[in-house]
Amino acid sequence: MVTPSMVTTSTGLDLQASFEATLAGLGVSPGAAHLLWLPLPMVLVLVAAVVGVLVNVWLERKISAAVQQRIGPEYAGALGILQPMADGLKLVFKEDIIPVRADGLLFTLGPVLVLIPVILSWLVVPFGQHLLISNVGIGIFLWISLSSIQPIGLLMSGYASNNKYSLLGGLRAAAQSISYEIPLALAVLAIVMMSNSLSTVDIVAQQTGAGILSWNIWRQPVGFLIFWICALAECERLPFDLPEAEEELVAGYQTEYSGMKFALFYLGSYINLVLSALLVSVLYLGGWGFPIPVEWLAGWLGQPIDAPLVQVITASVGIVMTVLKAYLLVFVAILLRWTTPRVRIDQLLDLGWKFLLPIALVNLLVTAGLKLAFPLAFGG
Amino acid sequence: MTIASTTQLICFVALSATLVLGALGVVLLPNIVYSAFLLAGVFLSVAGLYLLLNASFVAAAQVLVYVGAVNVLILFAIMLVNKKEDLADIPGLALRRVLSGAVCGGLFLLLVRVAITTPWALPGPASIGDGATIRIGEHLFSDYLLPFELASVLLLMAMIGAIVLARRDVYSSDVITGEPADQGLIEKARTPLLTGKPSP
Repeated sequence: MVTPSMVTTSTGLDLQASFEATLAGLGVSPGAAHLLWLPLPMVLVLVAAVVGVLVNVWLERKISAAVQQRIGPEYAGALGILQPMADGLKLVFKEDIIPVRADGLLFTLGPVLVLIPVILSWLVVPFGQHLLISNVGIGIFLWISLSSIQPIGLLMSGYASNNKYSLLGGLRAAAQSISYEIPLALAVLAIVMMSNSLSTVDIVAQQTGAGILSWNIWRQPVGFLIFWICALAECERLPFDLPEAEEELVAGYQTEYSGMKFALFYLGSYINLVLSALLVSVLYLGGWGFPIPVEWLAGWLGQPIDAPLVQVITASVGIVMTVLKAYLLVFVAILLRWTTPRVRIDQLLDLGWKFLLPIALVNLLVTAGLKLAFPLAFGG
Repeated sequence: MTIASTTQLICFVALSATLVLGALGVVLLPNIVYSAFLLAGVFLSVAGLYLLLNASFVAAAQVLVYVGAVNVLILFAIMLVNKKEDLADIPGLALRRVLSGAVCGGLFLLLVRVAITTPWALPGPASIGDGATIRIGEHLFSDYLLPFELASVLLLMAMIGAIVLARRDVYSSDVITGEPADQGLIEKARTPLLTGKPSP
């Protein structure tokens, strides 16, 4: 069983403890209270992920329109805000087609296998000291290992479609995902080395000392760039959307898909984008930390940090900061998508293996050296 | 029984069933692609068993290495060389199957006997949960340093071998047999397919 490691020296809102204490006060046994608590954060995060996708689709439409000097969706709701709902409904009502010569079982299983690891990875995204589903000890490593399941789903759907473009797209997607996973993991390793922990909560806690100055981006600028490039490649966003390059491969592994199965791919890729942005903000931009530490602010205002109202406010600020940083990065990703051309497959693999991998290794070595030389600044 | 132990039991039964059925499928299914995908399922359920044993780092490493790397590699190999051809029937197939089945059954019985007769220390050592990551690191860099480094040398050799095999065109003769390499094919690979053809 994965047990949440209890951080004893923590302040901040602990919803779980309050919820279970309330239920215990009503005469419910602790076991039953825990059982009642368990599904709540999961449902909440699932809803948050889907709403995040809707916002993302709307942003993508509006920003792409602005880049191309169009207006974009404007009739569905104010500023076209209901357009993503319309898109989603359209996909739900579309006919679900399985090609005759395709392998029905694998064809159905493929999109599911692509989506599930992405959603599972939300397990470790922290929105506050206690505001995450589970503070798993292996935290960020769980995300890396889960994201390595995705290529199997892509290969499966590419193969099962029984279509040469799909198969090529699936193989490309898997090759890309594997190539960029290595520099990504090395960049994460440098962060882990500095914070002496794999847990996402500890990684953020280590960046909260002096507000914006203690964020990891100042200590790991190269790692930040490597991570961001690799995350874009893992999400198959535009400079790296080789697997579904329309001009070459029709739509890659998605070619034969329609209706809800296509929607699963769509959902998976957008959830993955939001997730990657969230993790960049957790690893490099101080997660839920406000640019000025909230403890200082509370001190200047003469408020005790553990007063209930102050706790609620700091928790809200934390959530807003996490989401804000993540969506700033999503904005950058969308802008990149609509302004940069696609790289060729050989350029993609060259960039991954001959440039990012050596740089990531050097970054790791330099971080290790700095950690030994300046243990105070680099988490000795 | 508490809720936690019931959940654990259910998880254990489900994971073991997937593991055994999946492994049987890997061996028995005629379609090699299905076998490869089922192998991923087997690896995943092994990772699940590790999770049940409170070894989350080992579970994640299992997923990363076996599902993410080994299995994807197997799938790549299958899909890149997946030629649809009807293989000729091997003579005496039934006899071969009976023989290999007998060998596997014998091995299984032997392992069952070992598992039953060994005096296992019950309950086993208490799990250290998340501290395991640090413990594994300490062991890898102290008493298991030599095997660890040897494994990396092995991987390096495999990598160099792969590069040599992939870059055949550098050599004019075959590396292994010493026979002259088929230059025609190499030259063909270098010239673009569509230029120089008479236009229709």
